[in-house]
Amino acid sequence: MELSVLETLVRVAWVAGAVAFVIGLIRMNSPATARNGNLLSAGGMTVAIVATAVFLALERGGEAFNVTGWIIVIAGIALGGGLGLYTARTVKMTAMPQLVSLFNAVGGGAAALIAIDDYLHLSATSTLPTLQVNVATVLDIVIGSVTFTGSLIASGKLMGLRITPSRPVKIPGGQLVTAALALIVVAGAAFLWIPNLSVPVMLLILAAALVFGVTMTLPIGGADMPVVISLLNSFTGTAVAMAGFVLDNPVLIIAGALVGASGAILTKLMADAMNRSVINIMVGGFGGGEGTVGSVGGAGHSVRELGMDDAAIQLAYASSVIVVPGYGLAVAQAQHALRELAELLEARGVDVKYAIHPVAGRMPGHMNVLLAEANVPYPQLREMEEINPEFDRADVALVVGANDVTNPAARKPGSPVSGMPILDVDHARAIIVIKRSMGRGYAGIDNELYGNPKTGMLFADAKAGLTELVSAVKAL
Amino acid sequence: MNAELLTALTIFVLAILCGFAVISKVPATLHTPLMSGANSIHGIVVVGAMFIAIEADEPIAYLLSFIAVAFGTMNVVGGYVVTDRMLQMFRRKPVAPAAAKAEKAEA
Repeated sequence: MELSVLETLVRVAWVAGAVAFVIGLIRMNSPATARNGNLLSAGGMTVAIVATAVFLALERGGEAFNVTGWIIVIAGIALGGGLGLYTARTVKMTAMPQLVSLFNAVGGGAAALIAIDDYLHLSATSTLPTLQVNVATVLDIVIGSVTFTGSLIASGKLMGLRITPSRPVKIPGGQLVTAALALIVVAGAAFLWIPNLSVPVMLLILAAALVFGVTMTLPIGGADMPVVISLLNSFTGTAVAMAGFVLDNPVLIIAGALVGASGAILTKLMADAMNRSVINIMVGGFGGGEGTVGSVGGAGHSVRELGMDDAAIQLAYASSVIVVPGYGLAVAQAQHALRELAELLEARGVDVKYAIHPVAGRMPGHMNVLLAEANVPYPQLREMEEINPEFDRADVALVVGANDVTNPAARKPGSPVSGMPILDVDHARAIIVIKRSMGRGYAGIDNELYGNPKTGMLFADAKAGLTELVSAVKAL
Repeated sequence: MNAELLTALTIFVLAILCGFAVISKVPATLHTPLMSGANSIHGIVVVGAMFIAIEADEPIAYLLSFIAVAFGTMNVVGGYVVTDRMLQMFRRKPVAPAAAKAEKAEA
């Protein structure tokens, strides 16, 4: 087929955009080039969008110029762009994971809307779609809708909204409901693919997929949300690729497939780092988040409770302290209080370092962002492999809201955390653990570290506990 | 099956392989920004939303395409800005290679 000059140019611009996406992703693999990679990717996106706008304005100009359509485009860009810019610039870094999930939701929603619109258009003109359009349309609607509601629920869970608590929510007859919804989707899809043109059946599939997104995400615990969000991100990519098949648009196919595949790999990497399998998470086993399951006291443990002043003295007169921040710190937003304590200790000549487990925080890498935001000097942040040998020489290991990543049970076989890489906290001369209760981490097992005679427990919320420690150290 | 569909499928398959290849040896600290960056890329869906808006000719189509354009733009703008904010945090890190080496030797 022969393309017009204009169409050739817009297609070249799309290829340029796709190249920028790929190189951008490659550059984001390493800290030194990551920011530049993201900017390159954004540049490619701008080129692709501007080229599309120019193409649409000229190619569909003159008689065919759709004034209302352009008002819609400009108003939509202004509204969506304004909301995106405002929320992205004002969000607190601790709330960033839920915002990413929200952006993912709207992306999936947009992909589903494209297929719905296309289907209504076909129905209005009574055109029986070709098999490829039919298959892509149904897949786009299903995947896009599941992502839309699933990501909204994930976002709500991270925000801790009342209707979407971060603990796993049991849906009465959950398995049955999920199976019924899946059956509706499959039967509906088969009916449409025969082929049949039916708007009611399309709407039924849409409704079932929207509900499926909710019932799929609600039973999963807050601690597993990063993996879920990453998986849904991969889904959105796939939905966008399907939208590309519906509209016969190559840049949507390329970018969608790229995100679908890279998102899948990233999901597996994240799950591996938490020693979980993706299937395990989605089917939902344990996933409670710290302190939700938990028996106070813990079976077979005799734990030593530490007073605030004792803890302050241990820290202030140590020569080296290693801080182990975890999920609880992120939840309590205690990173600023932690930095204040660290600065106070350093002023007294204590050597302070931070041990960052690969999955510390709410998402892999999240802890680095949180501590950087609290102005903790970057050289003090140490990765696991680098810091582990140093625990042998540390006077105090201060564990704030971290649990499973410090459990020595991971070194022995036969426990749910077996084989998971852990921080060698128990090698330190003394261990102080700030924790709300003896509740379990998301692995749902007791932490042997707490029964260690070297360990003193400070039962407090991370933020409140650290703030009290700061005043206790000041009072010395 | 026509030639256009086969071309589209070829692009699809190669882009999937490309997606697998670009993510392999990422340090865990970059997992979150990388996910957020990939999240912005699927905002390209806004291009498709612009097409359906310009081709719309009835109220329901205008409504659907308006929401789609707004959603897609929010995905693009918000995604890139929040990713940049995350990566900005990593930038000021005067890594002193000498100091790191000295410590390794010490260990």
